[in-house]
Amino acid sequence: MDDRRRAADQSGQWSNDHGQNAGGFFKAIGAIVWKDLRAEFRSWELISAMLVFSLLVILIFNFALELDIKTRQSVTAGVLWATFAFAGTLGLNRSMALEKDRGCLDGLLLAPVDRSAIYFGKFFSNLAFMLIVEAIVLPVYSVLYNTNLFQPGLLLVILLGSVGYTSIGTLLATMSVQTRARDILLPILLFPVVFAVLLAAVRASGGILDNLTIADIAFPINLLITYDVIFIAASFMLFDSIVEE
Amino acid sequence: MITVNKLVKRFGLKTVLRGMDFAVQPGEFVALLGPNGAGKTTFLRILASLSRPTLGEVNIAGFKLPGEASQVRARLGVVSHLPLLYGDLTAEENLRFYARMYGIANSQERITEVLEMVGLENRRRDLVRAYSRGMQQRLAIGRAVLHDPEIVLFDEPYTGLDQDASSMLDVVLKTVAAQGRTVVMTSHDLARAEELATRFDILSRGVIAASATRRQVKKTNLLEFYKQALAG
Repeated sequence: MDDRRRAADQSGQWSNDHGQNAGGFFKAIGAIVWKDLRAEFRSWELISAMLVFSLLVILIFNFALELDIKTRQSVTAGVLWATFAFAGTLGLNRSMALEKDRGCLDGLLLAPVDRSAIYFGKFFSNLAFMLIVEAIVLPVYSVLYNTNLFQPGLLLVILLGSVGYTSIGTLLATMSVQTRARDILLPILLFPVVFAVLLAAVRASGGILDNLTIADIAFPINLLITYDVIFIAASFMLFDSIVEE
Repeated sequence: MITVNKLVKRFGLKTVLRGMDFAVQPGEFVALLGPNGAGKTTFLRILASLSRPTLGEVNIAGFKLPGEASQVRARLGVVSHLPLLYGDLTAEENLRFYARMYGIANSQERITEVLEMVGLENRRRDLVRAYSRGMQQRLAIGRAVLHDPEIVLFDEPYTGLDQDASSMLDVVLKTVAAQGRTVVMTSHDLARAEELATRFDILSRGVIAASATRRQVKKTNLLEFYKQALAG
């Protein structure tokens, strides 16, 4: 084995410093995203749960509120983000539970890569799942509430809000999945932290739907961008200490 | 190959490892035996860099833990009683994923080699969730040696396996050891440990209570040695 290993090291077949270079870092992120998407598109376990939940929430709001067209438009931003937030919690929980239940999180942590690569891999996967669900929910919502949601500004706000929500959500889901009360713990941890993102997202979305000027909605959008940067930076720094015993 | 000095691990107020010393030479197959709660899994998790020592020194293949964990992980394979595999991926996809994580170039060739070694070449395109427990454990060993590690850690690899699966795992474990790797295995199964290991260390109350080579144990027997170590 030693000879094989030595020869492999010399030929570059096995890279011991995989985790130490930028190429390895990005390859690891890509590998995790590939693995998550491949597994999900085979089972549809996570997206289908998020999607069914989202559609049910929208339907319940639709029938419960019984609003006229004008009032419906005024509650759109709130209903939309409440739906994304609750469905997102389901997805984050399930995504990390799949890693934990078969010991796969340990498998990831055993790889010789910088552990922040694992965080970013899971973050991009979770973001992809959330965006897929949102892409399906938006047209359904548009039809049910008779509101055009396909506005570039609104799509940008949804992207920014989803990035903020998923970045901190991935970190907190990694933390909560290691406890017995993970299903209950994640929303308890997540919602107080992500409240500011949701508030900014609702304000920005509402402003766009009300056709306010860019100057009027600049503040919540800037706030969203700031939260995104802070949450990603904080998660990048904290992930290693969260996953280590 | 592995040197551990005065290792202490505490979880809150509970001390699991109490100044443990341990050393393994290259190519040795060490069976780490002990009752439940002795700290075997905790110790293996520290060696695997999954857990941080509270006090003490851990040196693996010339690299210190936790400071040089990335270099240690590149030289280490781990098999636990959980498979660390994704049920919704095929065996080949699981190995391809881990090959990417370990930065293995020409992974296809290596994946085929590993699948042949664990006897799953003809099931490579089956989803892992359709595998039996024994097959999953064999694939888990394939995953652990995919990057050709110098050291392999086995944590209770026989847990949940029936006789046939255990016998097949024996063959794979012997193959792994015969390739010149250094192996540390925790187990409750004294008979299997006796058959496979070249050295036996008994872990009791957070320290190595006794250590003996296969030759030394042959004079008595492993069960007697084990009982004496725990009694002492």
